[in-house]
Amino acid sequence: MNPNDDHLSPAESEAYRARQRARSKVLGLILGALAVLFFAITIAKMSVHASGQM
Amino acid sequence: MDAAKTLTLPADWRDFFALTKPRVMTLVIFTGLCGLLAAPGDIHPVLGFTAILCIAVGAGGAAALNQWWEADIDAGMKRTRERPLPAGRMDRESARDFGFALAGASVMVMGLANGWLAATILAVSIFYYAWIYTVWLKPRTPQNIVIGGGAGAFPPLIGWVAVTGHVTLMPVLLFLIIFFWTPPHFWALALFVQTDYAKVGIPMMPVVAGEKSTRRQILAYAVFLLPLTLVPWFIGGTGLVYGLSALVLGLVFVALSVRVGLRTSVPDDGMKPEKRLFGYSVLYLFVLFAMLVADRIATVQGWQA
Repeated sequence: MNPNDDHLSPAESEAYRARQRARSKVLGLILGALAVLFFAITIAKMSVHASGQM
Repeated sequence: MDAAKTLTLPADWRDFFALTKPRVMTLVIFTGLCGLLAAPGDIHPVLGFTAILCIAVGAGGAAALNQWWEADIDAGMKRTRERPLPAGRMDRESARDFGFALAGASVMVMGLANGWLAATILAVSIFYYAWIYTVWLKPRTPQNIVIGGGAGAFPPLIGWVAVTGHVTLMPVLLFLIIFFWTPPHFWALALFVQTDYAKVGIPMMPVVAGEKSTRRQILAYAVFLLPLTLVPWFIGGTGLVYGLSALVLGLVFVALSVRVGLRTSVPDDGMKPEKRLFGYSVLYLFVLFAMLVADRIATVQGWQA
């Protein structure tokens, strides 16, 4: 199913795109959070190594 | 054909979230966190958070794979037929890919942040639930819950190993406590939803061995669980705070199990003792593990020997 299909009404097409937008937003947030997490893990590992705990 | 009736929207992100069984995940997060907090040693807060996150995401991935595999079975049961796959809100491939992605990512991040022993145990726990329990045991044997209970028993073990870096008797005991807690917990539920399991051909204990045998087994596991939960106290792994809590909680568990174990249900009796035991069993595990952490805090603070 494609939102550009001719047989979709404008309302259906909009519902399709709204669902896609919501998914993209959530995925974007997750990827952003992962980037922050990896940065935090890196800093944490470096500080643990520096303090000689590992 | 009317186009409006064939319009299939991409699955909503909330359905992906539902696929991870968030309610089960709360218990997984809690027991994993308790294992992490009760373990002797220190862990950097960021690495501790990452360990719990990975345990939760790994459990979510396993739950998604479980629903991918069992979509047909879920469709036949009242309790599960509104899940995203049987309700037709998501295609099976999306659930499968989502499950594998969560499982793979959680193991990788756990390995990099918390070490590969914890990551390996996490991978084993996901495989245990998604394959050994879901695919292999559940449709084949009424002992499915007994052996499958191992899947839910891993989180405190993983949390503990994330801190200490090695497996000792204490985390194995925590594993065994959840392992032996699962059958009475789940069979209490199975007693009051047994008609659904019979309908879809899952050999749950009440369906195969009958209600009377299941009730006796619930009681037997509850009686065995009581001394098992006291072992951490006896071997000196915990102190009085945990020991007395485990004793009181366990005695109540046995008392409720006696009521379930020795009675015979009649049609339309509401199954109240079974529902009460099921509700209490969840509370029991939460409080028992909370007391494990409270015990550790009391020891570190010098409030007990």
